Amino acid sequence: MEPVMAVAIGLLYASAIFLMLRRSIVKLVIGLMLLSNAANLLIFTSAGMTRGAPPLIPEGLTAPLGPVADPLPQAVVLTAIVIAFGVLAFAVVLIRRAYEIVKADDLDKMKETDT
Amino acid sequence: MRPEVALPVLLPLLSGALSLLFWRSLTTQRFIAVAGNIALLGVALWLLVSVSMDDYVVIQMGGWEAPIGITLIADMLSAVMIVLTGIIGLALAIYSLASTGPGHEKFGYYPLMHLLLAGVAGAFLTGDIFNLYVWFEVMLVASFALLILGGEKAQMEGAIKYVTLNLLASVIFLTAIGLTYGMVGTLNMADIAQRLAAAENQGMVEVLAVMFMIAFGIKAAAFPLFFWLPASYHTPPVAVSALFAGLLTKVGVYSLYRVFTLMFDQTLGYTQDLLLWGAALTMVTGVLGAAAQFEFRRILSFHIVSQIGYMILGLALFTPLAIAGGIFAVMHNIVVKTNLFLISGITRRLQGTYELKKMGGLYRERPWLAVAFFLSAFSLAGIPPLSGFFAKFVIVRAGIEAGAYVVTGVALAVGLMTLYSMVKIWNEVFWKALPEDNLVPVEQIVVGDDSRMVPASLWLMYLPVAVLALFALLIGLFAEPLMVAMNQIGDQLMNPQGYIEAVLGPEAGIEDALVESPDEEMTP
Repeated sequence: MEPVMAVAIGLLYASAIFLMLRRSIVKLVIGLMLLSNAANLLIFTSAGMTRGAPPLIPEGLTAPLGPVADPLPQAVVLTAIVIAFGVLAFAVVLIRRAYEIVKADDLDKMKETDT
Repeated sequence: MRPEVALPVLLPLLSGALSLLFWRSLTTQRFIAVAGNIALLGVALWLLVSVSMDDYVVIQMGGWEAPIGITLIADMLSAVMIVLTGIIGLALAIYSLASTGPGHEKFGYYPLMHLLLAGVAGAFLTGDIFNLYVWFEVMLVASFALLILGGEKAQMEGAIKYVTLNLLASVIFLTAIGLTYGMVGTLNMADIAQRLAAAENQGMVEVLAVMFMIAFGIKAAAFPLFFWLPASYHTPPVAVSALFAGLLTKVGVYSLYRVFTLMFDQTLGYTQDLLLWGAALTMVTGVLGAAAQFEFRRILSFHIVSQIGYMILGLALFTPLAIAGGIFAVMHNIVVKTNLFLISGITRRLQGTYELKKMGGLYRERPWLAVAFFLSAFSLAGIPPLSGFFAKFVIVRAGIEAGAYVVTGVALAVGLMTLYSMVKIWNEVFWKALPEDNLVPVEQIVVGDDSRMVPASLWLMYLPVAVLALFALLIGLFAEPLMVAMNQIGDQLMNPQGYIEAVLGPEAGIEDALVESPDEEMTP
């Protein structure tokens, strides 16, 4: 499974970077979206994909019986998804406002603050 | 239980939540802003006292022992940074009372400011690498919203670059965290440090080190990753600019120091060279960029970049003295750079513009403001006996001792160029007469939404400026006791074993790390 995931993650990173290099701000935001998804998948995969049981401890014991899946990467990915969601919501509102004010979906028309 | 480690994070969150409760009452929000930041500064000083007595103050959140739970740890470096956060927070809260108009205040200016400070404090105190990422995001989201407060065209354009590049940095950071976890199976920084040292695949450790360097390099605005900063820092309301200039990039610098002294102290040969030349180029590009500008805040923005170079140089030289000098530079820069931005806000209030060509005559008109600017600007340039001199002196001395003559020479030359930029502002804003085309009586200048033009409130803007200028002077005059603290930071950072033992307990050793490798538990 890991090789398939590795290729998928690589494709996600590549297409994200490609989209971010475009001039359109809408594509820029889609690129950011793909980028955070790629990072989440990478955490998930690099932490080891095990076909273990859920990490639950039976009543009366202090350790799970037999091997279990590592719960930490899932907690990390979940946190990262929520953060990415919040940040993207902001980014989408930002490009909408920017489009209304600058009246162009083109990064080349947003060079006034550059030096 | 040591509550002083958690309180610098909890207090701003509490103040932020309270300000949200009083959304409709700006008076209450203003009161909470000042009171909350006084409390933050008090807690920060408490933390500093505890740390100077015990070296390390640690608490494990939720009672879960490290490396399972999230650790909050303060060493001398964290404590000093927290105190600076408190000082800047309080200065900005008072300054904002007069400088930030109701048009901005009623869209959540104060709650966002508290949230930003909570993120900054959390980043300084956490001992968990993923938790560091979370605090970075807290800080970023608050800064995004503050940056576009007011919604002018320039702010939108600046914000798109700021948001994109900072999110890119976050994703690189997150990717590096994921790969680190895949390698060592832990997120606790002290634990990671042990396990990375024992890792078989040292080539992969170098890859991780470079990924962290790029991620924090973008946050710290180091060459060649700084372009978001001069494109955006001059666009928001001036109090926001000052807050960003004082604290945000320094969190990136702090993270570089933390990660490279704790986790990656074994990949030095390769990464120190990169950091060294990165530092030199950061100094040069920043200062040359500033030389070409004639807008108050743009000049200052480029100088942020340039000064970051000195801080990274301290890390790159990697001797206790160099690290002490680097942290001295961070401390001095937070105070002085914030103050320069605050002064630019006052001059804008007085003359209605940030363009140097249209300003003038303030030395005659406001001599005390000129003195405050003089102290801050010449401190930035490194004129003795002001604070910047000692930062530069220590770094240059460490550079000569380490034999890095070229980079040290660059640091000295950049100091001269900094002086040029500061003298340029001095001449244009304070020395020369007010030009003919700006003879509008001061009271009639419409300064836009970010000012209420109440003359009586001006003292609220002068007060923090005066105090911070005094700090710039005092840091220089009392450099000796401060240098003792800085040397302690240098020692602590160069000997990470103390940090590791403080987090994991005194019996922690590499043998333990090898025995309970998590992979064995996980494989079915």
